[in-house]
Amino acid sequence: MLAYIIRRLLYAIPILIGVNLITFMLFFMVNSPDDMARAQLGAKQVTPELIASWKEERGYDKPLFINTKAEGFAQVSDTLFVHESLKLFSFDFGFSDSNRNIGADIKERMMPSFSIALPTFMIALITNISLALLLVLFRGSMLDTSMMIVAVMIMSVSGLFYIIAGQVLFSKIWHWVPISGYESGWDGVKFIILPVMIGVFAGIGSGVRWYRSIFLEQINQDYVRTARAKGLSEIKVLFGHVLRNGMLPILTGVVVIIPSLFMGSLIMESFFGIPGLGSYTIDAINSQDFAIVKAMVFLGSVLYIIGLILTDISYTLFDPRVKL
Amino acid sequence: MKLVMLWTDMLVWGLVIALLLWSWVISHNPQVKKIWHTIFKSSIAMASSVVLLFYLLFTLLDSIHLRLALPLESQKSQVVEYEVEMVSLLDLIFEHNIQNTERTYSAPFATAEYASSIVVDDEGITKQVYLPLKYVSTKDDFMKESLLALGIGLMLSLLIVAIHIWWRERSRFILACQEIWRGESDLAWRTAYGTFILLVVTFTWLYMLSYSYHVLGTDKVGGDVLYQSFKSIRTGVLIGILTTVIMLPVAVILGVSAGLFGGWVDDVIQYLYTTLSSIPGVLLIAAGVLSMQVMMDNNPTWFETTLERSDLRLLFLILILGITSWTGLCRVLRAETLKISQMEFVTAAKAFGVSKLTIIRRHIVPNLMHIILISVVLDFSGLVLAEAVLSYVGVGVDPTMHSWGNMINQARLEMAREPMVWWSLFSAFVFMFILVLAANLFSDRIQRVLDPRNKV
Amino acid sequence: MKMIIQNVFLFMMVLFPLHSGVWNNPHSEEKSASNTLFTSFSLSPKRLDPVVSYNANEWAFIGQIYEPPLQYNYLQRPYKLEPLTLTQMPTIRYLDKERQEVDENDERVVYSEYRLELRKDIRYQDHPAFVKDAKDHLLYASLSEEALEKIESLDDFGQKTTRHLLAEDYAYAIKRMGVRQNHSPILDSMQTYIVGLKTFSDDITKVAKEKKSEGEVLDLRAYDISGVKILGDTTLVIEINGKYPQFLYWLTMNFFAPIPWEADLFYQQKGLVSKNLTLNWYPVGTGAYYLAENNPNKQMRLVKNPNFHDETYPASDHEDAEKKLPFIDEVIYSLEKESIPLWNKFLQGYYDASGISSEAFDQAVQISSSGTMGLSEEMQEKDISLIGSVQPSTFYLAFNMVDPIVGGYTESSKKLRQAISIAIDQEEYISIFMNERGMAAQSAIPPGIFGYEEGKKGANTVVYDWVDGKHVRRSLAFAKQLLAEAGYPNGISTKTGKPLKLHYDTAATGPDNRALMDWYRKQFDTLGIQLVIRATDYNRFQDKVRKGKTQLFSWGWNADYPDPENFLFLLYGANASVDTNGAGINSSNYKNPAFDKLFEKMKTMKNTPQRMDIIRQMLKISREDAPWVWGIHPKSLALSHAWYRNVIPHAMANNTLKYKRIDAALRIKKQKEWNQPVVTPLIIIALLVLLMIFSLRRIYRNRQNRVICQEQGAC
Repeated sequence: MLAYIIRRLLYAIPILIGVNLITFMLFFMVNSPDDMARAQLGAKQVTPELIASWKEERGYDKPLFINTKAEGFAQVSDTLFVHESLKLFSFDFGFSDSNRNIGADIKERMMPSFSIALPTFMIALITNISLALLLVLFRGSMLDTSMMIVAVMIMSVSGLFYIIAGQVLFSKIWHWVPISGYESGWDGVKFIILPVMIGVFAGIGSGVRWYRSIFLEQINQDYVRTARAKGLSEIKVLFGHVLRNGMLPILTGVVVIIPSLFMGSLIMESFFGIPGLGSYTIDAINSQDFAIVKAMVFLGSVLYIIGLILTDISYTLFDPRVKL
Repeated sequence: MKLVMLWTDMLVWGLVIALLLWSWVISHNPQVKKIWHTIFKSSIAMASSVVLLFYLLFTLLDSIHLRLALPLESQKSQVVEYEVEMVSLLDLIFEHNIQNTERTYSAPFATAEYASSIVVDDEGITKQVYLPLKYVSTKDDFMKESLLALGIGLMLSLLIVAIHIWWRERSRFILACQEIWRGESDLAWRTAYGTFILLVVTFTWLYMLSYSYHVLGTDKVGGDVLYQSFKSIRTGVLIGILTTVIMLPVAVILGVSAGLFGGWVDDVIQYLYTTLSSIPGVLLIAAGVLSMQVMMDNNPTWFETTLERSDLRLLFLILILGITSWTGLCRVLRAETLKISQMEFVTAAKAFGVSKLTIIRRHIVPNLMHIILISVVLDFSGLVLAEAVLSYVGVGVDPTMHSWGNMINQARLEMAREPMVWWSLFSAFVFMFILVLAANLFSDRIQRVLDPRNKV
Repeated sequence: MKMIIQNVFLFMMVLFPLHSGVWNNPHSEEKSASNTLFTSFSLSPKRLDPVVSYNANEWAFIGQIYEPPLQYNYLQRPYKLEPLTLTQMPTIRYLDKERQEVDENDERVVYSEYRLELRKDIRYQDHPAFVKDAKDHLLYASLSEEALEKIESLDDFGQKTTRHLLAEDYAYAIKRMGVRQNHSPILDSMQTYIVGLKTFSDDITKVAKEKKSEGEVLDLRAYDISGVKILGDTTLVIEINGKYPQFLYWLTMNFFAPIPWEADLFYQQKGLVSKNLTLNWYPVGTGAYYLAENNPNKQMRLVKNPNFHDETYPASDHEDAEKKLPFIDEVIYSLEKESIPLWNKFLQGYYDASGISSEAFDQAVQISSSGTMGLSEEMQEKDISLIGSVQPSTFYLAFNMVDPIVGGYTESSKKLRQAISIAIDQEEYISIFMNERGMAAQSAIPPGIFGYEEGKKGANTVVYDWVDGKHVRRSLAFAKQLLAEAGYPNGISTKTGKPLKLHYDTAATGPDNRALMDWYRKQFDTLGIQLVIRATDYNRFQDKVRKGKTQLFSWGWNADYPDPENFLFLLYGANASVDTNGAGINSSNYKNPAFDKLFEKMKTMKNTPQRMDIIRQMLKISREDAPWVWGIHPKSLALSHAWYRNVIPHAMANNTLKYKRIDAALRIKKQKEWNQPVVTPLIIIALLVLLMIFSLRRIYRNRQNRVICQEQGAC
């Protein structure tokens, strides 16, 4: 087990190097360091001297991949790419273009993201599974068919629309919750209710369909028929057998995203003014802050890989047939 | 008049030709034909495919671009000069809407502007009045016009339906009509014709009335929202279709070769898609779009007009979306290929020394077809929706291009107005919803027929 | 069923006490009831270092915290300077080469000397950097590793204290400006004015580089600028090259705010930098407020500085006149990126003031029968007040004068530009895109700045006719005629026979831009000119403009100080972007020797009738050359609630917070009144859910029974 995890972690290193390479190439194609300097130093009165000193301070005056001025190994190692990547691997994200420590910022912004993403995830999981079970319970009936059509309809509406409508209805007209904002701790509950509800609702269509198909697959298995033949009530069959055996495929899909919950939701956070990592990323894209974007890409990849590993581990825990 | 082909026009027409060829090929394969037969037995599938075809029709209309000749009197030479900006067939159909721009917002079917403006009258008194719209004619009765439009629409659609039935069942026309009317036909033709008639009638009604009114209102600079909504169809459909088409060959080739060849090929391909898919999607797309913009800025000679520019940007956006979305399908295909290649008939074929290419062609690809098909239709609706979100983040299509994403994005600001300007959002919502709903329902049906797991 | 109803009641009982009064207050109840101002910021400030920041959104904070020597009078118009930390306005002496005093208008003037006398009663906010131990050494200047580990914020330092403001603090600030590594945006222009700054800057930049590579701290007290002399604790003398009357305006800006050397040394400690504790994020000033919380991702909090010196509301017949400032105890700035939530929260009473976005305009403002702008009934009911003022800014559409088609100084190119200037209907633009919140510009100089003239005298005769006491845009026919004379009848070039095609560069990113671009295209279409729009991101747009790779583009300029020089230098030939490697601000690259000569003369003059004459000539030249389509001076409208008082717009001053007042009791009352939650839908939803559960239960039972009886074959 431990050996397996270590092997997987080692396997992650080349992937992260690849990720770094891709983002690095893309962003330096977009932005010459001159552009970045100009954007950061403000619109008025930027002189070439200012730009030069800004670049030097950040080490952006180094060549990208090959340093022709250096000798030997330093030709490859004394470059912008190697310098920046090495720092990332030690989780030292450096300073953003507005001179803030990115690591400290990320740490601070993780909680707000998580406090939206986790409730959304949990509530969505519970609602979707229970609705799916309900539909399976009434499978083939009018209720089932009409609910499936409703689910497709819910899926067919752009998420932006839910957010706009939700804000207008619940905040502007009914005064139930603040329109946007964030507060940590229990005071913050009033802020997260609406985004969480909208998040859950927007995902209900696809979620219910997915779980339903998983459960339907189980319900046609022989063991379920046997259970039913034994005279177990439909509800007992559902919870005792269908749900338990459906856990495995559910796990595959679900565990992968748990670590990524920290990354937050881009759209939701920027609409509701939540100071999480999602809005951090959007701002960074808009202001072309390369350092932050790189850090976020790296973090996202790390979390995704952790998710993959967790999935494999949870397999072994829930399914004795799988051995690592 | 001169025919001009934009990049995306070529792609979309190429695709249509390819699709026609493909359908001709499969019409000779009884097994595949039977599957499609099963799919179209469902009335939902029939209805939604009619809707999809309708959208496709508008896409195609909007994908034939022309350059009109300049009026002769302003020219000195005898050589015919063409206008720089080009128009599509759809633009020609809606020409009156393009010409008749109002000053600013007006509600659907309104006869006056939505907001009041200051006017100084002859006596020098400043007043706030609702200015009348310039291009609205109320001389005909609204009801009368509507009835006329509905009548024409009905006649037209019934005629087309009749021709279609006659073309299909020449010998037993009356009988076929009866069957269809009672819903006893083999395929769900009744629903198909019903949907068709509904669509044609609605369209004629909207179109005929658009000569006298702004049927869906006007936007901030007085542009007609109906026209914008129809123009947006091309953008949405193109992103949905072309993206999957572009990524398909990559995903299939890499997926199959990883599953079949194994070894280092498998390792490299796995590395490639794990790396790509571990990057948060939006970030990768944003980075791609931004760098594409730089590329276009550095090469202003690639395009002459705004239209060409936005078309090129659309093309690049499609490419980038394609690059970021092949990984999921590739992973599934690899797993499936692995499974199939260990089945007896493949191992047997290998043992007989059949070449790998033949194995792929004969045994593997046909067995992957259902996965590919499902993913194409499923991705379609996702991509149409994604366009809106990307526009919000600022990495979507060109801001000068008509698209539902741009419409929604603008409508967000309009919703904050009081009284609310709801019609842009409403139109974009309805047009988009119908398309995505049709695509989802269709894919649902395909999935149910093709995917053995989904049988109830 | 009875039980269910009981449950509903229980549910309601639990829910209600949780939120007494209103449910949707984004702030805490307690704070809403206190003497606290709630406002917002839409862009996170990037740097609060006064010597670096050149951004209005950052100055909104810095202005309250730091105090430069001078300030603008809050009430007087035209804008008037007054001493802030000085006992009187600076005294100016004019010197010749040998530093002998000469008359102001003497030819021999080589230097001017500004003498600043500081007040003695000014103290800094309490800060750990000032704390000294028994031996008179700074206590926290060199913290050990262990000590650093315990520190997360400034509150973690045990002690804080203050000290008096000294002349050397102002000198220290100018020295910091000289250090190239600090990236002060005005260093290059100040080098030409302040005597000795250039040599100082070159030397100190090298020293700073060495110190940094060796990991040492840089204490600027050891180095001196020849033109900045400290005479005792409270006297500072600054020497300026030649005459530069605008220098006084610079002394109101944050670049010249005092920096205590203790703070500079304190914040140079490496351990603090990695915790985001820097001078950039935690300013140390003498102003009316200090920054108590700095979270640019969420909120910034200013709290009244207990050490603030005596300052009173400016003398007037106002009820607060001569009362001690500041009035408000605490200011909470929350991050609001989107305009829609911001506007809604303002209407709900959770923000005390708001601008008016163009979407909200119809809701807020009505044009009264007399033509003046007034508040809509809805706003009047809420007792909201409206404050409007024309901004000292100019938004213009520039022609690139080095472009072969639209540029150049020939008669035909002039006529082409003039034709376009007439065809672009700025009045329509203002009405569609700005809700009448702006005025069409007649020249580069906006109202409120010396050189601007009202009415016929100030009219741009190239574009406008003066009819019945009003500016009337010349007819399109006239523009077409000009265009034909320029060689493009109906937009078709007589030379090539091809339609004229122009390129318009823009940094279009927002959703509103499509309408705007369509509009521009329409305007050019009226002349038969095809407009090709090239949209790029702002960076690239700037880059193109700097390198002169554009034809047409829109840009704007906000006044730094209320002097015509600050606007006319945008057209001064020596500032042309293409010649100065992008550093110059004359982005249309306009170069007219006659204009330039007049500019050089006008620059150093006082606001006399002679100056006015020269400006008139300059404007005339520039109008005929038409390097810009003169564009728009925006009008800013702001709304504020009844409980927010003393709000007077001032386009130049940044430190106006101290004059304002809040009536918290009224605020809390109104908030309650406006935000009663609508409970009915909640009850209906709850009942529906219950009904559904109930009916599902019944359906299930029926089904179960049916299954059982089917299996038993009974039915």
